[in-house]
Amino acid sequence: MNETITNISLEVLKTGDREAFARLVDETSGHIYNLALRILGNPQDAEDALQETYIKAFRALPDFEGRSSLKTWLYRIAVNEALMLVRRRKPDAISVEEPDLDEDAESKGMEIVDWCCLPEGELLSSESRRFLDQAVSHLSTGLRTVFVMRDLEGLSVQETAEALNVSESVVKTRLLRARLALRQELSVYYGGRMQEMRHR
Amino acid sequence: MSQHIHTLQCNQLLGNLSEFIDGELQAELCAELEQHLEGCDNCRIVVNTLRKTIELYKQTNEPIELPHAVRDRLYSKLNQDLYWNKI
Repeated sequence: MNETITNISLEVLKTGDREAFARLVDETSGHIYNLALRILGNPQDAEDALQETYIKAFRALPDFEGRSSLKTWLYRIAVNEALMLVRRRKPDAISVEEPDLDEDAESKGMEIVDWCCLPEGELLSSESRRFLDQAVSHLSTGLRTVFVMRDLEGLSVQETAEALNVSESVVKTRLLRARLALRQELSVYYGGRMQEMRHR
Repeated sequence: MSQHIHTLQCNQLLGNLSEFIDGELQAELCAELEQHLEGCDNCRIVVNTLRKTIELYKQTNEPIELPHAVRDRLYSKLNQDLYWNKI
């Protein structure tokens, strides 16, 4: 949802106009579903979050004050719904506060192996794709959410911060931690693939 | 595979890595870090593999279209919950 939501009057939406709301759903539901699917990793949960997002949005629209964009506001509802589902499924798995970036801890065990030269077929094999998904699922929910919003959904730092109700510096810190954690996992995995290829 | 011991400049790069990769760093600092990369193989590998990591995730996470059945159930739920019963 990089582009702004266009040609739908906010004033009309706020009156509860169902036709305008249906257009809003048509224009945005693909993005909201993708976001939920990537945070939750499960199509059924993503569908539940999608439905709840629009039910809540319809009810809350008359009170929408426009302090953030409609797009960011929708993302905020969707993220809250997704995180609520995570809490319900695994009550211990989510911490609202992520510890601050500890550069020493981040750099400890930083794997230095240049796997960029691996052939595309190896980098994107079905096994590698499964590993990529697995690595994202190993991130804490807080880090995964920021990574999905910034790097996969293409939201700006400001939009991500507004949607998550955290500061921009928190978004930047979490994004760096998420990216470094993924790079580390991929470096171990692809480093192993390189060694296997050498021994073939 | 080796482990990277960080010097001050390496740590400076690490702290600004996201902005550096996203091209959002001030020109002066960016030039300083680029110069550091020319002489530091390990940092260059970290930067390149980090870029590649993000690229791979973007490549393998193309947005999927909302499945028809999911869309149908969404409208059915909205009609049921919002339009007739609860509003």
